[in-house]
Amino acid sequence: MNSQGLFASPRQQVWERLKGNRAAMIAVAIILFLVVSAIIGPWLSPFSAEVIDYEAIASEPSFTSGHVFGTDSLGRDIFVRTLEGSRISLAIGLVATLVSLLIGVNYGAIAGYFGGRIDAVMMRIVDILYAMPFMFFVILLMVFFGRNIFLIFIAIGAINWLDIARIVRGQTLAIKQQAYVEAARIYGAGHWKIIRKHIVPNLLGIVVVYITLTIPQVILVESFLSFLGLGIQEPMTSLGALVSEGANEMETHSWMLIFPAIFLAVILFCFNFIGDGLRDALDTKQTEKQAS
Amino acid sequence: MLDYFIRRLLGAIPTIFIIIFISFFLIRLAPGGPFDFDRSLAPEIQANLNAKYHLDEPVYVQFGYYLKDIVRGDFGPSFQYKNYTVTELIVQGFPVSMQLGLSAIILALLLGCSAGIFAAYKQNSRFDYLVMAISMTGISIPNFVMAPLLILLFAIALSIFPAGGWNDGAFQNQVLPIITLALPQIAYIARITRGSMIEVLRTSYIRTAFSKGLPTVYILTRHALKPTLLPVISYLGPAIAGLITGSVVVEQIYGIPGLGRYFVQGALNRDYTLVMGVAVFYGMLIIVLNLLVDILYGWLDPQIRIRSKQA
Repeated sequence: MNSQGLFASPRQQVWERLKGNRAAMIAVAIILFLVVSAIIGPWLSPFSAEVIDYEAIASEPSFTSGHVFGTDSLGRDIFVRTLEGSRISLAIGLVATLVSLLIGVNYGAIAGYFGGRIDAVMMRIVDILYAMPFMFFVILLMVFFGRNIFLIFIAIGAINWLDIARIVRGQTLAIKQQAYVEAARIYGAGHWKIIRKHIVPNLLGIVVVYITLTIPQVILVESFLSFLGLGIQEPMTSLGALVSEGANEMETHSWMLIFPAIFLAVILFCFNFIGDGLRDALDTKQTEKQAS
Repeated sequence: MLDYFIRRLLGAIPTIFIIIFISFFLIRLAPGGPFDFDRSLAPEIQANLNAKYHLDEPVYVQFGYYLKDIVRGDFGPSFQYKNYTVTELIVQGFPVSMQLGLSAIILALLLGCSAGIFAAYKQNSRFDYLVMAISMTGISIPNFVMAPLLILLFAIALSIFPAGGWNDGAFQNQVLPIITLALPQIAYIARITRGSMIEVLRTSYIRTAFSKGLPTVYILTRHALKPTLLPVISYLGPAIAGLITGSVVVEQIYGIPGLGRYFVQGALNRDYTLVMGVAVFYGMLIIVLNLLVDILYGWLDPQIRIRSKQA
């Protein structure tokens, strides 16, 4: 990894630049730490998210009782619930982003690869969809088809693919002019094989940036729905649902609001920093400026 | 210019049609209806209700009825608020939402642009870093987290403003909702303005102005301001959509009788016509406002003006 200067591949250059961005690296560290603690944290705590502690109902955060974040109005430990909520929120962020990636990459690659009238029609559809008030449709979906967690994954993923489709299409237009794509065609590779083997793998750099920018958006949409009571349902919980519960109790028990709110803000904050850092690191304009 | 305007207006029609189409079929195909009570109604009453609202006819016939009514500006009666039509509810709720939204966008433009301009002018100064840090926070903290925190601080701890309610639009009741709505937009606008101002300040005509010895304030306001604001104008479209979505949550939290609150209540009560009416109304509103933003942009940017003359 210490190959520098002339011999560094583009990927290594990007990595070197990203390492130089202190804010982004700190954000990566915090996210990794949060992911690990969201996965294993609940097992390490003496309390469980669903068990009621009758000795400590709506009690303040204290180290002596072991409830470091306090308990909610049912006597459940907020520390464990916050970690479980983070786990669900991060999982939704990841899965829904993958759904949007799947749709967006395929859609954009097909539009860009075939070009011409197909491209024009497909991108016109994207333009039309851009003007839609999507949040309203997701709310409708949640109300009508029950608040099923898989539906939440898919519905949120299905509304966030437009940006990715546009970016991928633009990149595909450039990539399909490359000599290696032509060589593959001369060798008799079919359209689908060229798209799958030659175009999509070369898009991934840009796509990674959009993944890190889509994850916080998705987490935000899910929390928004859960806050309105239209998202994750009990006994499961997410950061949005916890903030909503906390907001109802904040006049007397402010810790129920503050801890989940901090977690949510920190997660969104970190992803935004990582996305910004990656975008700067991949920005070719900057590379040219440094080179000249 | 007129040509461009008409073309954009015609382009908006399929979008509006798709919005109507999707929301109509989503609602009709969904399980559960507005007349599903805990106790079942007498079959005759059920049949009468269905006949009155055309619920006994095939879905595509219902869609025809609905489309015909919308063209006439009639969104039908609300299923839940028995004595109101959806149009009446929109007329009632929208001014409240609009007042909040307009105040928020004006506040966001004033604060965001001035913060961005100063941050760019004093690039890499402490003030610059402060503005950027605050705006990153504003972007990262969602409005449904910000609203309770503001209530906690200003209504409960300091008791300066009421925690909620509308009180016929009294000033104190408007302050917190408007701030909540405006904060993320202030943050975005500050970032955009800063980036754009930094680029403008590097151009040669600004350097010329400085070397002529013109006063800084004059250069910033007379030479640099207009090109700096172009990206801000094009951000107004997404900003409007963000404000409308945000108003749903803000009205819910602060208990404000605006259109967003009707939408959530309607969604929870399966009030078909109300939800559909509000979704279609908001869809059309976003399209019309985007159109206005495009026209404003064309008017401000000489490059677009010249290109459309040549075409």
